[in-house]
Amino acid sequence: MNGDANTDAAKISLSVRDLIVSYGDKRALGPVTMEIAEKHVTALIGPSGCGKSTFLRSLNRMNDLVLGCRVEGDVRLDGQPIYGPGVDPVEVRRRVGMVFQKSNPFPKTIFDNVAYGLRIGGMRDRAEIAGRVERALERAALWNEVKERLGESAMGLSGGQQQRLCIARALAVEPEVLLMDEPASALDPIATAHIEELIHELARDYTVVIVTHNMQQAARVSDYTAFFYMGDMVEFASTDTIFTHPSQPRTEDYVTGRFG
Amino acid sequence: MKRRSRRVGDLALSLGTGLAAALVLLIVVVILGDVVYNGAPHMTLTFLTQAPRDGMTAGGIFPAIFGTVALVVLMTLAVLPAGVATAIYLSEYANPGSRVTRLVRVAVNNLAGVPSIVFGLFGLGFFVQFVGAGIDRALYGGQRVFGQPALVWAALTMAVLTLPVVIVATEEALAAVPRELRLASAALGASRLQTIVRVVLPQALPGILTGAILAISRGAGEVAPILFTGVAYFLPKLPRSLHDQFMQLGYHVYVLSTQSPDVDATRPILYATVLVLLLLTFALNATAVVVRSHMRRRFAGASS
Amino acid sequence: MRTREHTDQEFEQELRHLREQLLLMGSHVEGIISASLRALVERDSELAQRTIEADRVVDRLEIEIDGLCLQILARRQPVASDLRFVTMVLKAVTDLERMGDLGVNISERVLELNNETPLKPYVDLPRMADETQMMLREALDAFVAKDADRARRVIARDQIIDDLYAQIFRELLTYMMEESKNVYRATRLQSIAKYLERIADHATNLAELVVFMVKGSDIRHPDSRNEGDKN
Repeated sequence: MNGDANTDAAKISLSVRDLIVSYGDKRALGPVTMEIAEKHVTALIGPSGCGKSTFLRSLNRMNDLVLGCRVEGDVRLDGQPIYGPGVDPVEVRRRVGMVFQKSNPFPKTIFDNVAYGLRIGGMRDRAEIAGRVERALERAALWNEVKERLGESAMGLSGGQQQRLCIARALAVEPEVLLMDEPASALDPIATAHIEELIHELARDYTVVIVTHNMQQAARVSDYTAFFYMGDMVEFASTDTIFTHPSQPRTEDYVTGRFG
Repeated sequence: MKRRSRRVGDLALSLGTGLAAALVLLIVVVILGDVVYNGAPHMTLTFLTQAPRDGMTAGGIFPAIFGTVALVVLMTLAVLPAGVATAIYLSEYANPGSRVTRLVRVAVNNLAGVPSIVFGLFGLGFFVQFVGAGIDRALYGGQRVFGQPALVWAALTMAVLTLPVVIVATEEALAAVPRELRLASAALGASRLQTIVRVVLPQALPGILTGAILAISRGAGEVAPILFTGVAYFLPKLPRSLHDQFMQLGYHVYVLSTQSPDVDATRPILYATVLVLLLLTFALNATAVVVRSHMRRRFAGASS
Repeated sequence: MRTREHTDQEFEQELRHLREQLLLMGSHVEGIISASLRALVERDSELAQRTIEADRVVDRLEIEIDGLCLQILARRQPVASDLRFVTMVLKAVTDLERMGDLGVNISERVLELNNETPLKPYVDLPRMADETQMMLREALDAFVAKDADRARRVIARDQIIDDLYAQIFRELLTYMMEESKNVYRATRLQSIAKYLERIADHATNLAELVVFMVKGSDIRHPDSRNEGDKN
């Protein structure tokens, strides 16, 4: 069952139609149809193993890297399909960035971490790279804390700082969409609050899709919420709706803690 | 009653293992001691820099040192690219379950178990008599240049011998690089090649160096593979090109101890040569360990 | 109809307790209304006095229930149906407390009337009171049964009360115009009718809250977006 999130008012950034993801011959997800609004935060919630992370990975073709994974259906970014012959997954990943659950900075300097995406994209001009790095770190609310030590190893940062570094690293290439897979699950409450604040800010310029198992976080942070269960997308609506009067009984049961 | 027997058991175990360790230490000390005691006095600067004289009963062993080093350097140049590339293929590109992958792994494992003398024969049959002769026919009009025992063939034979070591060590080093780093790189829009070159290899470098060290150590010491492929007991000149033969420390020790006309005269030379060989090996190992720990310190940081 | 329980048993208990307390408050209010009318009809001033004091229980319950709701909101961060339930209870206690106060007002008027001879046989007022009590009872039953349709029927019955009030008022007006000696008693009776009418309004509020709790939509602003799988 799919819900209508009434995203007509907002412009659509990603549109998904009949997406099915299988590992071998076992279907893990789908069919899913939904539209993700531009410059808003969409949260994906559901119990473990429900397919929300699989869905997220389909949006930037990271599922291609999983052995035996098959993706069917249609996913479009700004109207252009991201699957299909002739589409370069590397290009897709430059436009749709990703931040992972456990922060994974490279064992390089802070500067080199943020500049990584730019350099592999072919950027050479030192001044331009430095400018983009600074902007990305500012937007990730990390610049002031690290501007004096860009040449130090990224491994010396705290957990929350490392996660913000990974966000800056993803932002440096100026993606259109930012995917976040449980971005604060490994952090303490204060660091989590920083990340959530950051997500609010980021949504002004980027489309954000976040997977979270923390329902309160989804409620605090997102404009739209999709509830996944056992490989199906059960309901997709505005966050207010999902948390005050969801239309599907399974959604109701999940958010009120009657299971999961 | 039980408690006492358990304590006795504990005691027996710690004593036993302690004794075993002490035994090993003792053996090493005895060997080293014997070599150092008997060889150190003879290991003078002239010994190290001069050529042998009078049928190996006098003079130095410089050519053997030179030959050993040249062999090891060439071997490393050959084995590292091939071994690392194979390991990268197996680790990053190959489909883990495919037949090709499994075949390659089986081949590598079998290669590791082949006795060194067999490598020597292989080197002779393939490199010297097939490839070498072929080159001679093609480039030198039948003249015997490469179709005979030569430095290059010995080096390549040693490279084949140490290939499994490098492959395994490199693969382990690559596998030790956390998957999240590869994912992070891919998510930023890096191609697989970029990920390998910019993230995986730098991180795996200490481990790869380990493989190189192990290979080098073996290369400095093994004698059987070079018996038929390039080593000689006495050469008037140092090897000047790849198709020349060379002298080598390990082989020199072998010949000195079995075919010397004057045992008393050659004994000190023998001990000194062994000492040089050991010192060379230790020096090589130590250098590589230092380099490895330096690299490790560079890449590790305070983890949070 | 959802019969699943919360995974957290303690939470389930807290919600159940809250429901029980609300129903307890409702039954007290029902008792006050019926007692105050009986005091009128049977001219029992002692009963009227006892009824005035009974309101204290209602006030105490209001404070207790408010506290429970606050606790649940703070500690459990309820969402969806649980959230609607708790916010509904918070508002319902206000209506119930007012109803209790109005019952007290009726009793006070009864005390005044019992010192006089009755103006006329009491026919319509008891009828109005019965109807009002039924509305309250139905609203509470709809709350327990989570039955939005039943709640809606309560809202519809408010019209009957309004009509009854108009009728009573007209009749009392004629009495007052007949003789000035009647004014004192007539105005007291009119007040009682007015109180009953307001009690009925509060019962209607309760019914609207029940609909909100069950359907998730505020029926004063119809929202048809979320018609899905309902009871």
